[in-house]
Amino acid sequence: MVKLDAIQKRLIEEIADLHSVPEGAYNFRANSQLAGRNTTANIDIVSKEDGSGIDIHIKPGTKKESVHIPVVLSQSGIKETVYNDFYIGEDSDVVIVAGCGIDNCGSQDSEHDGIHRFYVGKNAKVKYVEKHYGSGDGRGQRILNPVTEVYMEEDSTMEMEMEQIKGVDSTDRKTIAELKAGAKLVVKERLMTHGSQSAESGYQVSLNGEGASADVVSRSVARDDSSQTFNARITGNAPCNGHTECDSIIMDNGRILAIPSLEANNVDAMLVHEAAIGKIAGDQLTKLMTLGLTEQQAEEQIINGFLS
Amino acid sequence: MLEIKNLSFSVEEDGVRKDIIKDLSAKVEDGKFVVITGPNGSGKSTLARLIMGIERPTGGQILLDGEDISGLDITERAKKGISFAFQQPVRFKGIRVKDLLRLASGRHLSVSEACDYLSEVGLCARDYIDREINSSLSGGELKRIEIATLLARHTRLSVFDEPEAGIDLWSFQNLIRIFEKMRSEISDSSIVIISHQERILNIADEILLLRAGAIQESGTPEEMMPKLVTAGNGVCQRLQ
Repeated sequence: MVKLDAIQKRLIEEIADLHSVPEGAYNFRANSQLAGRNTTANIDIVSKEDGSGIDIHIKPGTKKESVHIPVVLSQSGIKETVYNDFYIGEDSDVVIVAGCGIDNCGSQDSEHDGIHRFYVGKNAKVKYVEKHYGSGDGRGQRILNPVTEVYMEEDSTMEMEMEQIKGVDSTDRKTIAELKAGAKLVVKERLMTHGSQSAESGYQVSLNGEGASADVVSRSVARDDSSQTFNARITGNAPCNGHTECDSIIMDNGRILAIPSLEANNVDAMLVHEAAIGKIAGDQLTKLMTLGLTEQQAEEQIINGFLS
Repeated sequence: MLEIKNLSFSVEEDGVRKDIIKDLSAKVEDGKFVVITGPNGSGKSTLARLIMGIERPTGGQILLDGEDISGLDITERAKKGISFAFQQPVRFKGIRVKDLLRLASGRHLSVSEACDYLSEVGLCARDYIDREINSSLSGGELKRIEIATLLARHTRLSVFDEPEAGIDLWSFQNLIRIFEKMRSEISDSSIVIISHQERILNIADEILLLRAGAIQESGTPEEMMPKLVTAGNGVCQRLQ
């Protein structure tokens, strides 16, 4: 049984595309309280004894199951730090959907700092989807400072999709990953800031075993007076492959600082970084206008495509 | 019918005025396939861009079915029924071929309809429908997708700016076939192509030879081709 009000349901739809209770394991958290939980034969969710968060245990060999752990804040003035630890058994293949939605109509700041730690077992395959969303017209800020730590055993795979498109005033996200031999990490980050929002996103990926690989790709749009900092470092400590890419569209008075960096401590570490910042190309707007779109519609289509 | 009356376009370069199009007048009747040709720098692409509204004239008028569209912007002209194929098609990160075809058609296009347009331009639809219009596509593929967007629009006037530019020979052969098919199916719509290519010039109803921003001569391919082609030198030595 999940107890949510109308605003909370709307937030859940935004962050998890959920219109009803999901199948499989879930843990809904609303205004710092547990609003619903379901476990399965293979996936157990346990509250930490000190109340600081939850532990998610996925049994070895669990295939084609999912875990949803959405968080919503609809009261103004809540500040919380939550620790969620995922123990993903060997040879499993699971989808984990997290995300936080804040609706702040009040004058006090609302803040959710989620610390997610993933312990990915040998040969396990994880798809992790995280969406952040803010709404509400109060003066209080909507703040999200997620920390994600990923510890990957041999030959495990983790694909992370992280998206923050709307309504979060301030965010400082840190992602740390350590990969053993043969492990593969793919990160796809999508970020848009507007108004006077600010966003920082930092990655520190260490490729510690032979054949480890990482592909960290961020696409972002900074509009109005917003600012963004993207700081991605890949460290190669073994024969490995690493690629990081930051591609940004800058608009209005937006500001973007991109700091891709690479560190090679092994002669066979192959590391590449790319970064590009630019405004929407005039000929892209022109092309879509020749199809009958207005300049504003053309801009929307270009941004939607870029962030898709 | 497209009517161009006394059109002029000039730019300032280092404080010096340079006339690109000079008092140019021309007509494109409905159901006609008109090729504009001429040497590099004669103003062909500028003329095409003026018709679409990408550039604004410094003098003269452009009329579509008798209505003066000179003051309309690109979007408004597109809505009036003008389409434009770029010499260098634009790439978009994240926008897929089917998205662009849907935007072009202005409605919700089913996948099979989108595939039909791609098949028309000789692309195996299944391989392309979900491709992003990014640098993974070759020049020839982009050109054909660009033409497919015009097919999806079904407008009464289609303007192609050097469709043969920047594509390989194999793609070019296919491109010619597409234009020959368009030529055979033209009804009340009309087509304007900027081109240097003999095979495109040959299927025109009328060829306009542009030189230094003005129409120097015009006529049917039978009248114009002997003047444009010098024996032994293939296509359009006079145009180089």
